[in-house]
Amino acid sequence: MAEKRVVADATCTFCGCVCDDIVLEVENGRITKARNACVLGTAWFLNHSPENRPVCTIEGRPASLDEGVAEAARILVEARYPVVYGLSDTTSEAQRLACQIADRIGACLDTTTSVCHGPSGMAFQGVGEVTCTLGEIKQRADLVVFWGCNPAESHPRHFTRYSTMPKGFLVPRGRKDRTVVVVDVRRTKSAAAADKFIRIKPRADFEALWALRALVRGAPVDDSVEEKTGVPVREWEELAERMKSCRFGVLLFGMGLSMTRGKHLNVAAALALARDLNRYTRFAAKPMRGHGNVTGADNVVAWQTGFPFGVGLNRGYPRFNPGEFTTTDVLARGEADAALIVAADPMANFAQPAREHLARIPVIALDPKETPTTRIARVAFCTAPYGISVAGTVYRMDDVPVYLRPALPSPYPSDYEVLRRIDRAIAALLREREGVELRA
Amino acid sequence: MGNWFVLIAGRSSRQGVSLNKSKLEGEYVAEISTIRISPEDAERLGIKSGDRVRLRNSNGEVVVRCEVARPDELSPGVLFMAYGEHSSRLMGGDTQGTGMPDSKGIDVELIPLGGPEPDGGAE
Repeated sequence: MAEKRVVADATCTFCGCVCDDIVLEVENGRITKARNACVLGTAWFLNHSPENRPVCTIEGRPASLDEGVAEAARILVEARYPVVYGLSDTTSEAQRLACQIADRIGACLDTTTSVCHGPSGMAFQGVGEVTCTLGEIKQRADLVVFWGCNPAESHPRHFTRYSTMPKGFLVPRGRKDRTVVVVDVRRTKSAAAADKFIRIKPRADFEALWALRALVRGAPVDDSVEEKTGVPVREWEELAERMKSCRFGVLLFGMGLSMTRGKHLNVAAALALARDLNRYTRFAAKPMRGHGNVTGADNVVAWQTGFPFGVGLNRGYPRFNPGEFTTTDVLARGEADAALIVAADPMANFAQPAREHLARIPVIALDPKETPTTRIARVAFCTAPYGISVAGTVYRMDDVPVYLRPALPSPYPSDYEVLRRIDRAIAALLREREGVELRA
Repeated sequence: MGNWFVLIAGRSSRQGVSLNKSKLEGEYVAEISTIRISPEDAERLGIKSGDRVRLRNSNGEVVVRCEVARPDELSPGVLFMAYGEHSSRLMGGDTQGTGMPDSKGIDVELIPLGGPEPDGGAE
């Protein structure tokens, strides 16, 4: 009879909360229970047991790992304008290798950040970031404003672990010592957890945040703000006053800002508001990051190239230009002629013109699951899921690195292992080509 | 003139849970093929939960299932759907130099198509 094993302090890599207090029960090679996990984490742990799939397919036919690596390397070396994309659901060790491959082949190096908080990254460069860790929010924040995000459905343990419920050093009574405000276009499930819900009109975030900046400084705002934002000026005045008078406030913003018209300007307004508030109190602003290691992707790409996403390496040195080197653009303009997609599913969520081009070019995809992207891939590798079967480092949404404790062995290689092999094969092909050129 | 709405695409709990099972079938596909509409708009257009509607704009068109939202969840004129195949078809490739296409707050025209298909599916 198989024995039950318990893995304590396992880390969930489903969302950016990266909860590292999960207790897993393992029986017969499957995770049967994930204590402390939320509904998303439970689904993540209980649905990633090894499947009976080939390690690699080439044009839909089973192939060996070596054949897949050789074909992937050939495609990437022959490409004139390749893309390396994804990286948000793998370890930082694998992310570093993906950067190395992009550098070798002169690719556009981009991550899912570009269709997530990429605009926030642009705003950080323009305004700066008054930042803090989730631990500081837990210990200190007496005002928590969620803007354009819905943690009740996308980061279910954020409230209880970090932001609204926990008792902290300066908020000893937990929820009773905090005021929680939700600003959104929808009355989401998160609104039910707030003391105050402000329903804003769609596409009016910039105007609302800019009006708040004026109100915080004591400047009058025009009545047209009400018509534009759908919220009476009096309510914005109350929020501005609440922000100025708290002891430690934080504005946690989601893709309601970064995906809506205005994009980086919306986020810049939020960051500038937080900066302004530090004249009166302590105030921070943080993006709510989605995937388990999307924050690691930003960090690793930034140490490797100097920029967080949307990096062109085709001239042999890094250039940063969102709109030029970002994947949606490179695909929608029909420029890319090959793509290496690591741990991401652009065929499921990219804009239609980008998806159409991706389906036309040779794609190499690494993913533990079969997805719309692996289905169109010329070479698809089935890899072991990080955190469940692969050790390594991930970054929590507040840039705190967390080490993974895998619970299950996997018959499949890690993304790191596949990328290491592809990288070596590319290096060999490039040496060969260089040798031919030197002899010629 | 048509019924124009602002479409908000976003994450839902059901989508997050079901994508761990499969993104190719079942609950995930049902979730990304469903839009939520305010009770006021549903009443005005004679739409019931389970009815099919066509959404279209200059980028593309899709047929999806409708679900009438809880009272006060959505303002009239606003639709919500979980990101996926269908929301992608309504997104254009222009990122205004940011890398990010307009993914929330997309203008769409809604055309009611009546009751559900026999299999309850969406195109």
